[in-house]
Amino acid sequence: MDLGSTDGASESPSAAAKKHSKKPKYSKFTQQELPACKPILTHGWVITAFVSVGVIFIPIGLASLFASERVVEIVDRYDKDCVPSTYGNDTLAYIQSTQTNKTCIRSLTVPKQMKSPIYIYYQLDNFYQNHRRYVNSRSDEQLRSKAYEFDTDDCDPESNTDKGPIVPCGLIAWSLFNDTYGFSLQNKVLQVSKKGIAWKSDQKHKFGSDVYPKNFQSSGLIGGAKLNKSIPLSNQVDLIVWMRTAALPTFRKLYGKIEVDLEANQKITVVIQNNYNTYSFGGKKKLVLSTTSWFGGKNDFLGIAYLTVGGLSLFMAISFILLYVVKPRPLGDPSLLWNINPVGHSN
Amino acid sequence: MRTVRRKKLHFSKIYTFRCGRASFKGDHSQIGGPGFSRVVHCNEPGSFEAAILNYVGNYVSSTKYTLATFLPKSLFEQFRRVANFYFLVTGILAFTPLAPYSAVSAILPLFLVIGATMVKEGIEDWRRRQQDTGVNNRKVKVHFGDGAFEQTEWKNLRVGDIVKVEKDEFFPADLLLLSSSYEDAVCYVETMNLDGETNLKLKQALEATSSLQEDSNFGDFKALVKCEDPNANLYSFVGSMEFEEQQYPLTPQQLLLRDSKLRNTDYIYGAVIFTGQDTKVIQNSTDPPSKRSRIEKKMDKIIYFLFCVLVMLSFIGSVYFGITTNDDLENGTMKRWYLRPDNSTIFFDPKRAPAAAVYHFLTAVMLYSYLIPISLYVSIEIVKVLQSIFINQDVHMYYEEADKPANARTSNLNEELGQVDTILSDKTGTLTCNSMEFIKCSVAGTAYGHGVTEVEKAMARRKGSPLPNGLEADKDTAKDTSVAKSLIKGFNFEDERIMNGNWVNEPHSYVVQKFLRLLAICHTAIPEVDEETGKVSYEAESPDEAAFVIAARELGFEFYKRTQTSVSLHELDPVSGKKIDRLYGLLNVLEFNSSRKRMSVIVRDEEGKLLLLSKGADSVMFERLAKNGREFEEETREHVNEYADAGLRTLILAYRELTEEEYKAFNEEFTEAKNSVSADREALIDEATEKIEKDLILLGATAVEDKLQNGVPECIDKLAQAGIKIWVLTGDKMETAINIGFACSLLRQGMKQIIINLETPKIKALEKAEDKLAIAKASKESVLQQISEGKAQVTASSESSQAFALIIDGKSLVYALEDDMKNLFLELAVGCASVICCRSSPKQKALVTRLVKAGTRKTTLAIGDGANDVGMLQEADIGIGISGVEGMQAVMSSDIAIAQFRFLERLLLVHGHWCYRRISSMICYFFYKNITFGLTVFLYEAHASFSAQPAYNDWFLSFYNVFFTSLPVIAMGVFDQDVSARFCLKFPLLYQEGVQNVLFSWRRILGWMFNGLCTAIIIFFLCKASLDPQAFNRNGKVAGLEIVGATMYTCVVWVVNCQMALAISYFTLIQHLFIWGGVALWYLFLLAYGAIPPRFSTTAYKVFVECLAPSPSFWLVTIFVVISALIPYFSYKSIQMRFFPMYHGMIQWIRHEGHCEDPEYCNMVRQRSLRSQTVGFTARIAARNNRVTDRFHNHG
Repeated sequence: MDLGSTDGASESPSAAAKKHSKKPKYSKFTQQELPACKPILTHGWVITAFVSVGVIFIPIGLASLFASERVVEIVDRYDKDCVPSTYGNDTLAYIQSTQTNKTCIRSLTVPKQMKSPIYIYYQLDNFYQNHRRYVNSRSDEQLRSKAYEFDTDDCDPESNTDKGPIVPCGLIAWSLFNDTYGFSLQNKVLQVSKKGIAWKSDQKHKFGSDVYPKNFQSSGLIGGAKLNKSIPLSNQVDLIVWMRTAALPTFRKLYGKIEVDLEANQKITVVIQNNYNTYSFGGKKKLVLSTTSWFGGKNDFLGIAYLTVGGLSLFMAISFILLYVVKPRPLGDPSLLWNINPVGHSN
Repeated sequence: MRTVRRKKLHFSKIYTFRCGRASFKGDHSQIGGPGFSRVVHCNEPGSFEAAILNYVGNYVSSTKYTLATFLPKSLFEQFRRVANFYFLVTGILAFTPLAPYSAVSAILPLFLVIGATMVKEGIEDWRRRQQDTGVNNRKVKVHFGDGAFEQTEWKNLRVGDIVKVEKDEFFPADLLLLSSSYEDAVCYVETMNLDGETNLKLKQALEATSSLQEDSNFGDFKALVKCEDPNANLYSFVGSMEFEEQQYPLTPQQLLLRDSKLRNTDYIYGAVIFTGQDTKVIQNSTDPPSKRSRIEKKMDKIIYFLFCVLVMLSFIGSVYFGITTNDDLENGTMKRWYLRPDNSTIFFDPKRAPAAAVYHFLTAVMLYSYLIPISLYVSIEIVKVLQSIFINQDVHMYYEEADKPANARTSNLNEELGQVDTILSDKTGTLTCNSMEFIKCSVAGTAYGHGVTEVEKAMARRKGSPLPNGLEADKDTAKDTSVAKSLIKGFNFEDERIMNGNWVNEPHSYVVQKFLRLLAICHTAIPEVDEETGKVSYEAESPDEAAFVIAARELGFEFYKRTQTSVSLHELDPVSGKKIDRLYGLLNVLEFNSSRKRMSVIVRDEEGKLLLLSKGADSVMFERLAKNGREFEEETREHVNEYADAGLRTLILAYRELTEEEYKAFNEEFTEAKNSVSADREALIDEATEKIEKDLILLGATAVEDKLQNGVPECIDKLAQAGIKIWVLTGDKMETAINIGFACSLLRQGMKQIIINLETPKIKALEKAEDKLAIAKASKESVLQQISEGKAQVTASSESSQAFALIIDGKSLVYALEDDMKNLFLELAVGCASVICCRSSPKQKALVTRLVKAGTRKTTLAIGDGANDVGMLQEADIGIGISGVEGMQAVMSSDIAIAQFRFLERLLLVHGHWCYRRISSMICYFFYKNITFGLTVFLYEAHASFSAQPAYNDWFLSFYNVFFTSLPVIAMGVFDQDVSARFCLKFPLLYQEGVQNVLFSWRRILGWMFNGLCTAIIIFFLCKASLDPQAFNRNGKVAGLEIVGATMYTCVVWVVNCQMALAISYFTLIQHLFIWGGVALWYLFLLAYGAIPPRFSTTAYKVFVECLAPSPSFWLVTIFVVISALIPYFSYKSIQMRFFPMYHGMIQWIRHEGHCEDPEYCNMVRQRSLRSQTVGFTARIAARNNRVTDRFHNHG
C-alpha cells in the first residue's frame, strides 16, 4: 500500500506554486478526541451488574419454574411393552411383519387436573431427523405447487416409480410416523383434534392446496404412513408436522390435542397402533400428554438455570462486597498493582 | 536586472569540472557495440530513420494494473493468501454435491471480501494513475520546426525532440544539454528527487552547440547522437554526437536527468535522449521492500493453527461418521432405515463407508470453514488504512514551518510502531537541525562570542551546576531556548567587542579585518540581492558555508556580488570608518573535498597583492602554518578544543601572500592538471594545490553550532522512560558524537563510558608502516579485547545498576561487525544503556541495524533524513524518514515520514500504542467470534451424527462474518483507546505493553480462544437444554431445526457483540452504532429474509414473525444464554481489573479516580519507570538527586 505519496518525486510545479497549507484540519474526529464514555469495571459497576443480574434472574427463574410446575405431563414409553412377549427379543420381526396384530392398549393415570387443551405428542428417541441426507431429501417445490410435480431431484431413492413421480417425494415424507392413538375415558371416546397443530405458514405457503399425494408408498419398500390421496397436502397436517424436521435426535411432534379437561386420577385408555419401526435403530417411542403454560411445555431446566445463574451472580456480588469490606485497598496503588517488568535497561 | 547580471557570470571559472574534457578513449570506443546501440536523430523525431528505431514514448505509468490486467492480476494477488485460497477452494467445492450449504451462500461472502479488497486496490491504483496523468500532462516547450517552439504535454515527447526548459521547471525526460542562457552553456540542476542532495549541480553543454541560444537557431539544427542503452546508473553516460560533420564525445556532464530541476538558469535547450521507461530515474525506481509486521506474521501462525483445529475436527467427525454409516447396514438389515442405507449415494453409502468418510471430510472442511474468519484480512486492511489516515491527520505531528504533516506511506506497520524496542537514529538532520549557526570565533588568540550552546547547557547540567529543580522547570528552559531563537538564520553570535564595527578598537584589529575578509571571500556561495530592500541573501552548497558568509555580512563585510572573475564586498574601512566597496579578482578556487579537508581561493586585491585565503579542519591546517604564522597557535588550539568540547564544528582560517612568480608557476601546473584526462588527474591537482597551500599565517578559528532540533531532549527522555533503547549512528567524529550524546541526555555524568576505537599507539605505528595485513590483524585483536573487557565490566556491575554507554567508531565497527565478533558486540551493546556509533558509513549503519534486528529478535526502528540513511531505513523493521531539508531520498524509502524527530514521541507512544492495542485486540476478537460460531456448528454436528448438516440457514452462515459481527470489530480497530493520548504521554511505560507484547502473547490469544470455546459450549448446551424436546410455545408447538438454529444464532450474535462491548474501553457514538446496529441488523435481516417467499428463504420463512417473536421462550432463552455466556468473561475481567490490572488498567483507575491531578500520586506510579531508566534527563536528575542524598547520608 502506498498511501498519499503525492508529495513524492512527481509533485507538479503548478501544485507547488499554489501552496495550499497541508495542515490537517482540526476536528474531534480526526484527532481521535470524540466524546466517549470510558467505562471501567469499578467496584460499584461490578456489584451493580451482578446484583441486577441476580435481581432480574431470580424472579424470572421463579416465574418460569412456577409455570413449569403447573404444567401436567404424562409420559408413557410403549415401544417395549407393546411388543407381545412371544416375540421376545425379535422385535424387528414383529414390527416388520404385516401379519402381526399391532394394537396395544395402554392405561394412563392423570396425576393432576389437566385443563384443555391437552396436547398429544409422540416422542422419538435416537431418530436422526437432522441427518443431512434425510433433511435434504425433499422437494419444497413439489410440495408447494402442482406445477413442480416432476421436481424430484433431491428425493432419491424415493423420487419416482414406474408410474411417475412420487408426491410427496423424499425420505422425510416416506418415513412418515404411522403409529396411531385412540383415547377413551371411561369407555367414552376422547376426540383427538388435529386442528392447529401445524404452523400456519407451512399450511398456507409451503404445502400446496392443489397438490395431492401420488404414487406414495405404492411400491418397493414401504416406509411409514400412507396418505389419503383425496386430501391435498395443505391439509395433511401430520405430514406437515413431520416434515418440519427436528433439531435433535430426541424430539417430540404434535399428534393432536384433546379439548376436554381431565381430572386427577382419571384413567385414560389408549389404543395404540404400534406400526412405526424404531426397533431396528434402538429408538424409544413415547406417548406424551401435556398441558402448556405461557412459555410452553414442562421445562424445569430454564427456571432452575435462571435461579442458578441469578444466585451465582448474587454470590459474586456478595463476594465483591466482602472483599471491599475486608480488604479496602486503595485502588491503583502501584506497589500492589505492579505487574509489568520493564526489561532492557536494568540488565 | 538580476537576470542580466547573472548572465554575465562565468561560473566555469569558479568550479573545476571534475570530468574536464572528455575524449574518445575508454568507454567511448564501445559506442555502436552491444549495450551502446542507441541512435538519436536530434531535431527530426518524425523522420523515417527515427521511426524505425521505435523507442518508447515519454508516457510513464507507475500503476500496478492496466484496465486489461487488473482483473487477473489482482485476483491472483488475492488468492496467493492461504486463507483466501482456502475459501476459493471451498467456494468451488460448494458447487459439488459435497456442499453442506448452497453454493451461492458460500461464494457470496468471498465475493464481497475479495471485491472489497479489489476495490481498494483499484482505488489506490486509480490514484497512482491520476498522479501519473498529472505528470504526463505537464507542459514543456518543444521545437515544432522552423525555429518555432510550442507547448506540448510531456507524454507527447519523442526521442530526438528539441525542448526548451525554463527556470524552476523539471526536465521532462533525459535530455542532452545543447545550450543555456549562459554564454558558456552551463546550467544549474537540483537533483533532490534523485539523490536527496539539495546543493546545485553544474552541467555544461559542448562548446560546439553552446551558441544555439535562440529559438530560431533550431530551425535547421541537425545532429546524430549515438549512446549507451537505457540503464539505471545515474552517474554514467557514454555517447557521441555527430554535429556539422564532426564527432564530439558526450559525458554525464551534458546529460540532464528527468525529475531534476533547472535552477538559477533562465532556460536551456536540450535534445531528448531517453524517454519514459528508458529514463535513468525510472530505471532506478525500485519497489520499496514490502515489510510485514510481527503481529501479522503471528496471525498467519494462528490461522495455520486454526486450520489444524479445523482439520482435526473434520477428521474426528469423519471417523465417527464413517463408523455410524458403516453400522447402518449389517448383513442386509438396515439400522436407520429411514435413511435408506440400502440405496444410497456414495456420500452416505454404508457399503462404501470409508469413501463416504473421505467425502465427508471434505464436506466438514467446508462446513467448519467458519472457524477461519474470512473477513479478517480485508478488515485489517481497512482498519490499517483508516489508522494511517488518523496518523496523517494528527495536528500534533504537523510541522508548521515546513508545512508538513506526518505521512504514513505504508499502513502495514502501524501496530509495529507500538512494539519498538530499539531506535536507531541518525544524528545530523534528525537529532540536529542541520542548520548551522555561527556562534563563536577565535581571532588572534582572543575568543569572541557569548552565545551559550545547547551542549554547553547540557554540560553545565552534567557538571552539576545550578539547575532548575525538577522536570517541569527543565522543560521550561528547553522551551525558552526554542523561543529565543536568533533572528537571523545562521547567525547567533553576540559580542559587542567586534560587532557594529567595534573590532577596529581591538588590539589585533588588522587580524580581525583579515579574518572577516577571509570569511567573506573564501567560499563558493552565490549572492542574491533583493532589488527592493537591497538585502543580500546567499545560496551556498552547505549550511556552514552560508553561516560564514552571513557572519561576515553581519560583522561588516558584506559580500554582494560575484562575477566570473571577481568577488565584490562592502567593507568597513578601519581608517575612515566608512563603508567602501572593494573588488577582489578571483583567480582560482581550490575546492573542498573530504581528503583535503580544506578549501582555498586565490585572489588579487585592489592593491594588486596576490593572496591565498584558506580555511580547513584543524588536523590539516595547523601543520601547514608557516613558522612566522604560529603567533596565536597555542591560544587558538585551546579555543578550538573548547569549542569542540561544547559540541561545535570548528574550522581554522589562515592566509598567505603569494609572489607573482609563485602564482605563475602554480597556475601553470594547476591548469595543466585540471585539463589532463589521465586517471591520476585528481592526484595531479592535489599535488599542485599541496605545493601552494603551505606556509600559511594563522588568523583564527570559527565555531559553528549544529543546533539540536526542537524538543529532542524531551523526546528522548520520554522514549527512554518508555523503555525504548536509543542508538545513535552517525558519520560524525567521536567528539562531536559524544557532545551531542550529552546534549540530548543519552550520556550523563556517572555513566561509565566504554569507548572502543583504534587510536592505540601500536596501531598508529603500524599504520605508519603501511602493512595492511598487520594492521587488520592487530586492529581485530584490539577490538576483540576492548569488547571483551567492556563485556566483563558490564557483567561485573550488573547488580549495582551502573549505567554504561558504548561508543564505538567506524573503523572498529568494521571488525566488530565481522561474523565471529558480532554476537559478542551485540551482547555488549545490549547491556549498555546507550550506544553511539560514530564515523559510520551508510553501509555500516545498515549492518548495525540488521545486527540488532536479527540478534535481538525485537522490533527495530530506524530514523533518518538523508540519502545515507536509506540502507538503514530499509533494513529496519520500521523506517522513519524525516521530511526535512535534505531532500526526499530518505522519505521515499521510509515507511512513515515525519517532519521532526520530536514527533516520534507521539507517533510511538500514542499512535503506536493505540494501533498495536487495536490490531491485537481486533485479531484476538476475530478469532474469538469465529471460534464461538464455528464450535456451535461443530457441537451441533455431534448431535446430528456428524452428517454435516449445518445448524443454521445457509445465509445466516455466510452473513455472520460479513454483516452481523464485522463492523464493531472494525470500529474497535479504528477508534478504541485504552487511555487517552494525554495519558499515553504522561505514563510512557505503558508502551512496554507493546514491547513485551503482552496484548498479543500466546497466552492472551489462547485465552481468547478458550473464551470462544466456553461461549460456544454455553450457548449450545443451554439452548439445547431449554428448547428440547418439550413444547416451545403455549400452542404446544415444538421447536424444530429452524427455531433452534435461529435462536442459537441470535444468541451468538448477541453474545459476540456484547462481548465486544465489554472488551472495549472507549465508547463513542460510532461504537454504539456498530455494536447495537449489528444486533439490530440481525433482527432486521431475519424479518426481511423471512418475508421473502419460502422458495428463497427456505427454513427461515416467517420464522421470526410466526415462531420466535410471539414466543416468550425465545426471549427468555436469549436473555438467559447471553448473560450466562458473558458472565465468565465479566467475572474474569472484574477480578483482573481489581486485583491484577495491567498497566493500562492502572492508568484507567488513576484517570477514573481523578488522581491524575494529584502530582504526588502520579509520580508514585511513574516512579517505577524512572527507577529502571538510565538515559534521558529525568534519569539524569534522578541520578543527581541520588548522589546528593547519598552524600547527605554519608555526612549524616
